[in-house]
Amino acid sequence: MVQKIVLPPQEGKPSDVEEIKAESNYLRGSLVESMEDELSSGISDWDNRLMKFHGSYLQDDRDVRLERERKKLEPAYQFMVRVRMPGGVATPEQWLKMDELAEKYGNHTFKITTRQTIQFHGILKWNMKKHMQELNSVLFDTIAACGDVNRNVMCNANPYQSEVHQEIFEISSKISEHLLPRTNAYYEIWLDKEKVVDTQEEQEPIYGSLYLPRKFKIGIAVPPANDVDVFSQDIGLIAVMEDNELVGFNVAIGGGMGMTHGDTATYPQLSRLIGYVSKDKIVDVCEKIMTVQRDYGDRSVRKYARFKYTVDRLGLDTVKQEIESRLGFAFEEAKPFNFEHTGDRYGWIKGEDGKYHFTLFIQNGRVKDFDNYPLKTALREIAQVHKGEFRFTGNQNVVIANVGARTKKAINEIIEKYQLTESDNYSALRRNSIACVALPTCGLAMAESERYLPSLIEKIEEILDNNGLRDQDITIRMSGCPNGCSRAAMGEIGFIGKGPGKYNFYLGASHTGNRLNKIYKENIGEEEILSTLGPIIEHYAKERFDNEYFGDFVIRAGYVEAVTDGRDFHNKA
Amino acid sequence: MKLEATNSPFNEQQVQQLNEVLATLTQNQKIWLTGYLSATASIGAQIPEAPAGGVQPPTNVVALPAAAQTKTAKHITILYASQTGNAGGLAKKYGEQLKQVGFEVNVSSMSDFKTNALKKLDHLLVIASTHGEGEPPDNAISFHSFLYGKRAPKLDHVKFAVLSLGDSSYEFFCKTGQDFDEQLEKLGAQRLVDRVDCDLDYDEPAAKWFDSVKVKLEEGEVSPQTIQEAAPTVLDSDVVYSRKNPFKAEILEKINLNAEGSNKETIHLEISLENSGIVFEPGDSLAIYPTNNENLVNALINALGFNAESSVNVDDRAVTLKEALTDLLEITVLSKPVMQKIGEFTLNEEFHALLSDRESFKNYTHGRDLLDVVEKFAPFSWNEQSFVNVLRKLPARQYSISSSLAAYPEEVHLTIGAVRYEVDGRERLGVCSTQVADSLEVGDSVRVYVQQNPNFKLPADDKPMIMVGPGTGVAPFRSFIQEREERGAEGKNWLFFGDQHFVTDFLYQTEWQGWLKSGVLTKLNVAFSRDKEEKVYVQHKMQKHAAEIFEWLEQGAHLYVCGDKDHMAADVHNTLLHIIAEQGNKTEEEAKQYLEDLRKEKRYQRDVY
Repeated sequence: MVQKIVLPPQEGKPSDVEEIKAESNYLRGSLVESMEDELSSGISDWDNRLMKFHGSYLQDDRDVRLERERKKLEPAYQFMVRVRMPGGVATPEQWLKMDELAEKYGNHTFKITTRQTIQFHGILKWNMKKHMQELNSVLFDTIAACGDVNRNVMCNANPYQSEVHQEIFEISSKISEHLLPRTNAYYEIWLDKEKVVDTQEEQEPIYGSLYLPRKFKIGIAVPPANDVDVFSQDIGLIAVMEDNELVGFNVAIGGGMGMTHGDTATYPQLSRLIGYVSKDKIVDVCEKIMTVQRDYGDRSVRKYARFKYTVDRLGLDTVKQEIESRLGFAFEEAKPFNFEHTGDRYGWIKGEDGKYHFTLFIQNGRVKDFDNYPLKTALREIAQVHKGEFRFTGNQNVVIANVGARTKKAINEIIEKYQLTESDNYSALRRNSIACVALPTCGLAMAESERYLPSLIEKIEEILDNNGLRDQDITIRMSGCPNGCSRAAMGEIGFIGKGPGKYNFYLGASHTGNRLNKIYKENIGEEEILSTLGPIIEHYAKERFDNEYFGDFVIRAGYVEAVTDGRDFHNKA
Repeated sequence: MKLEATNSPFNEQQVQQLNEVLATLTQNQKIWLTGYLSATASIGAQIPEAPAGGVQPPTNVVALPAAAQTKTAKHITILYASQTGNAGGLAKKYGEQLKQVGFEVNVSSMSDFKTNALKKLDHLLVIASTHGEGEPPDNAISFHSFLYGKRAPKLDHVKFAVLSLGDSSYEFFCKTGQDFDEQLEKLGAQRLVDRVDCDLDYDEPAAKWFDSVKVKLEEGEVSPQTIQEAAPTVLDSDVVYSRKNPFKAEILEKINLNAEGSNKETIHLEISLENSGIVFEPGDSLAIYPTNNENLVNALINALGFNAESSVNVDDRAVTLKEALTDLLEITVLSKPVMQKIGEFTLNEEFHALLSDRESFKNYTHGRDLLDVVEKFAPFSWNEQSFVNVLRKLPARQYSISSSLAAYPEEVHLTIGAVRYEVDGRERLGVCSTQVADSLEVGDSVRVYVQQNPNFKLPADDKPMIMVGPGTGVAPFRSFIQEREERGAEGKNWLFFGDQHFVTDFLYQTEWQGWLKSGVLTKLNVAFSRDKEEKVYVQHKMQKHAAEIFEWLEQGAHLYVCGDKDHMAADVHNTLLHIIAEQGNKTEEEAKQYLEDLRKEKRYQRDVY
């Protein structure tokens, strides 16, 4: 029998979501009845809050919202379903199932997220259960893929150090499993498992009945690659190696991207190092850090509820001491490390174990058969011959990993047959781009993102071409709203949607992911974006130092100030 | 004309006294006196013989008692079998006219008529419409089967006449009227006048039939002209706008209710009735006069080898051939009479073989139009005028009204499914529905009139009702619910709706959701046939709720079915029988009787097409 979790008292009235969680009977609510209601393809807001804990939530096709209203039809409701995939690894069999489900129940595409998993869009209510069950048939679930819980645990998709990757992947799975909600609700509602009679405390020994105040994110990076954007995580773990062996982790806490327009008390923040632990303790460390947030996170105002605000409010040292007291030991001093990039390295490489790995750029993570670019078909054919695994990267790309010499030839033929790497889709800027979904399905989007960024990049590429910078890696990220799914606040060039066709324009994040960007122009449209960016790029082309990244240059040249603490993000010079 | 001893049955003294009195009477007093004398005439007074020779039948009021006396003995029963209200409308109108000339008249729908009264009948007029494939309308089914059953009495004492209404585009044109005509004769009744079968433009032939019936009824009796003059007929109070004089109404709103990706196209039309004085009740229909598709007209004229501008006469009016084929005549339906007339202009053996074989006639004409005939069976020996003479007038198309005047005063809403299909590689277009869908825009006008449907009416406010209306069949129920909401009616309401896809085809979804929320709609069950592997239709949803449906029926619920006749209405009917048998623990026969009783009580009403 686990001890019942009693949260310390807090000021302020608990938010409505706290009430929903409290009354949900461990995430059950009235979801069963809502899903069976045949008169609406939607569910109530109340149930939708709970739905998130099940890895899904209700959206609607915003492109047709007005037209449908005129036609006396409710919005075109549909569900987004996100798979839980610790470390972002899928077998070819699992890939083929996802490919099939996207056709069968979804909108014929799926999206590789910025957290190394995939999500489906367009699943209709009456297909949800079948969809979940078919995912389960290839051993995928969607538990805790969204909601106020620990989300998909990210890990470096680094194909160079095969053995380390395997170990890191196993640790990320272990953390994910350990921090998974224990409620049986998911199995009852989606998989027709029998209802388990259980005491509340036994159901959620780590979370308790109210779960966390807000979402919680963990990522593991293996230097020199910072492809997981380790400083954007609530817990960022930096692998420490000795003689090519993993020995432990530097632990950073309190990062996070989301903010609210017009509220300077909200800001993107970088996680900060609190020390080093050996690898055997890492699961326990993650649990204890999370329970500190469970107990001290703001449960009254959701926009102030992320762990970063808890850390900034209580102070890094106080939080560190609380963690150490829960652990019963102190962190060692952090070990030195060095990151070189956040982006992925594309193409074939040979790993230490002699296996081959191919990293394929996937624009905005969208796996789809585009006009003249049948990406989804090509990847299906690859999955049919592939015997290794697929690894998703935090940059929405995919690594076709652990390929033997013979299969490598077959896969290469498919890549060439469909011209997957032809240059138009593959410029350096494009390969370093990330866009969130935004319109038409995301309910939060204020402006386009995934549907717009490719065409904006095309225009910026012209400027780069004119300045001889076509092969220069520059990270460019766009989000349709300030919640930060594309980690736009960490792009060397960042755009955050303000309204239709209008963006806040940010500059100056580092290429290695240890510095935020800063607003340069507010609320501007494409014309002004291009006319503003043109001269800066020209300036960069002329006056940059050797190997100087664009994000570093704009700070040296005085376009913006460096932001290494989120609390300075909104400061005006 | 003055009353004198020479032109009346009275002596000089009587004439003098009468003239003195008559001079002081107003017109109304004269009429009252007529009635008084007729009513009291049988009391003892012998009617004096008319003086022989040279005496004209009296034409003024005081001359009437003799005639009036004979008429009071004549009871006339008018029974109607009506689906959309046309037959009922005629029956009431003729009944009024006969009453005006002094007959005792009983007008009744067949379902309301007690069959044991047949024995007491002496004059029976039947006005019967035919439903679909030759079946009697709902309110005539039991009377029809009674006349054909073992319990039908001998009717030697009855004189009868039948008027049938129908649509010659159906194979069994006017079948129900013909059935009554034949069977009444078989039972020994004597025919007053020959049956007349009317097509959609029934006004004229029906009026002629009635005139000849009236002549027969009045035969050997004094003509009651004065009374006719004295009391104007009720017809004068008819609304200004009618079938013959449709209202030109402006379209206020047009919405395709189906979302992108649907196989359906259902047009929601809002039409202004402003200043027309037109009224209707929930359940009524609105008729629209369409025009034929211009491309089809051009293709037809082209295939005929005629000149579009050549002048032809239609109803004694000179118009161009193109105008005639666009605005006045039907070119998309191949009815038997039209085909027979066409037969007079061709020697084509294949064509005549079609005419003589029922099955192949039906197969060929189904879904085909005049252009097919012209293209396939040319040459024809007709010219522009004789070709035009072959065709019947373009009838108005009727649509169940989907709004309530209480909710939308001076407006009428329709819910029209666009009909499009392909035969022989050519796309066929429903005349009116595709005109509405493709050509008419907000601000355009259409010619309309209201077609009452007395057989599809809301129950009393406190009665529960169950409505089954998939597809465009949901139209009258939108009107019902609007009306009940406006009236604050407290009866429970339960709707069964169905269509192909939830996402694209849930007609008026947000309105139903709103009514559910506000409680005006008690229950709503939906069936979408193409969303899942197994096809689910409204009857399946009804079966699923069998116990509750039966419970509602036992509580006195009224049951309404609207929409597709061939499949849906039949399936729903069978499902109802099954539900009643199963839930009421009844035999098949008892269940049939139960439903039949509901029908007789007007608790099972259908508007199916």
